Amino acid sequence: MWIAAALTLFIFSFLYKDNPLYKFAEHLFVGVSAGYIVVQQFWQVLWPNLIEPIQTPGTLDVWKFWVGGILCLLLFTRFSAKASWLSRFAIAIIIGVYAGAKTTGFAQAEVVAQVQATMLPLWNPAHLADSFNNIVLAVGVVCTLVFFFFSTEHKGFVGGTAKLGIWYLMVSFGAAYGFTVMSRISLLIGRFQFLLDNWLGIVRF
Amino acid sequence: MSLGDKLEKLDRRWIFLLMGVLVLLPLLFPLKLPIAVSGPASRFYQAVENVPNGSIVVISGDFDPASAPELMPMTNSAVRHLFRKNCRIIALELWPGGPPLVDGVLHRIGNELGKKYGTDYVNLGYKSGNEVVMLAFGSTFSGTFPNDYSGTPVSKLPLMEDVDNFDGVKLLVNISAGTPGTKEWVQQAQGRYHIPMVSGSTAVQSPELYPYLQSGQLLGLLGGMAGAAEYEKSTNFLGPATKGMDAQSSAHVYIMFLILLGNVIYFSRRGAKG
Repeated sequence: MWIAAALTLFIFSFLYKDNPLYKFAEHLFVGVSAGYIVVQQFWQVLWPNLIEPIQTPGTLDVWKFWVGGILCLLLFTRFSAKASWLSRFAIAIIIGVYAGAKTTGFAQAEVVAQVQATMLPLWNPAHLADSFNNIVLAVGVVCTLVFFFFSTEHKGFVGGTAKLGIWYLMVSFGAAYGFTVMSRISLLIGRFQFLLDNWLGIVRF
Repeated sequence: MSLGDKLEKLDRRWIFLLMGVLVLLPLLFPLKLPIAVSGPASRFYQAVENVPNGSIVVISGDFDPASAPELMPMTNSAVRHLFRKNCRIIALELWPGGPPLVDGVLHRIGNELGKKYGTDYVNLGYKSGNEVVMLAFGSTFSGTFPNDYSGTPVSKLPLMEDVDNFDGVKLLVNISAGTPGTKEWVQQAQGRYHIPMVSGSTAVQSPELYPYLQSGQLLGLLGGMAGAAEYEKSTNFLGPATKGMDAQSSAHVYIMFLILLGNVIYFSRRGAKG
């Protein structure tokens, strides 16, 4: 507890000015994080998903694990100028799998579902508030898309629409900034709660 | 030297100091400002409430200690809410720093409410691979996570005998600090397997996720500490998020004041220069 509290105060000391205590905490964090990730990757990923199945007699389709393991080792050939071309096989598979997974997922979740969600009834006398929200949304989508349409000069009607698009973007940037402030203040609150509760025991959260 | 000149050259450490004081004081002397539950948080609560009692729910805790002040309160509340409904929880983490945090919450609240590890909840731990893990997890839980976080083979955990893919899961709860997180889960799991999904995210990430809420891809959304506090209020468990909201509000008022002051100085000096 005392170590955590001291390291928190060391980091806070940077607000006054850069100093050796801050540097110490910063370097310690980087070192511990790197070590932690190596251990996690080995025991949570490599061991159960590669080494253990290969070691265990009777594992079904054990050749798949060997292929994966060899491709994994090929990545390390990048350290040799002569053999680095071998790493391209593994990289090609990684890129291919990620590109395939991302493209199909993105097409469904970001294109189809989002376009569908924008096709809303603009006028519903029974739900006037919904109608207003739907109009605001539809106008915002169209105007913002026009702002990003650069094949026509932004003059006249197109210019006015694009300008409205900028206003929509500004509102979204403002909302994003407000949320960012809330996030950063939350981190400060979290540290203060730790110092006051866990360390000093003055207040219970 | 005018007041504007003095303020423009003010040492920024005074601003930091005042911010520290304004955050510290409400923590020591709570103002107990009212908290109104917003639509997205209410929908999150309702989505969990609508899960039939005893169902299996997946929680993906995709965060690390850096975002714990925002995300731990909502993780606590979600786990407590689900356990009260006797739901069985399968947890996993796609951020290396996540497993000990989620494990701590599951064991602490599990012990408090008399839940048994392996039967009522499991923590599968961390796996690298982002979207690929999500895809693989959707096909087979046990194939993607042969062992749980503590190294026990999942074949020895009774809960994992009842389910091996999203078919038997009633809700996906994602607590997200960035990438991989809610965006990726929506793309890879919600869209593909049509699993009902709710998200609790850092405030920074929230604006990106609102379109998913509007489209119905997310059934509910908790944004940052405010979202966590609203969920705590809905579940009648006032935790650290609720207790931090006074400080949050006082800091926001201070920042609004600084923005206004900065603009007043800027425009007054521009006017003076002609």
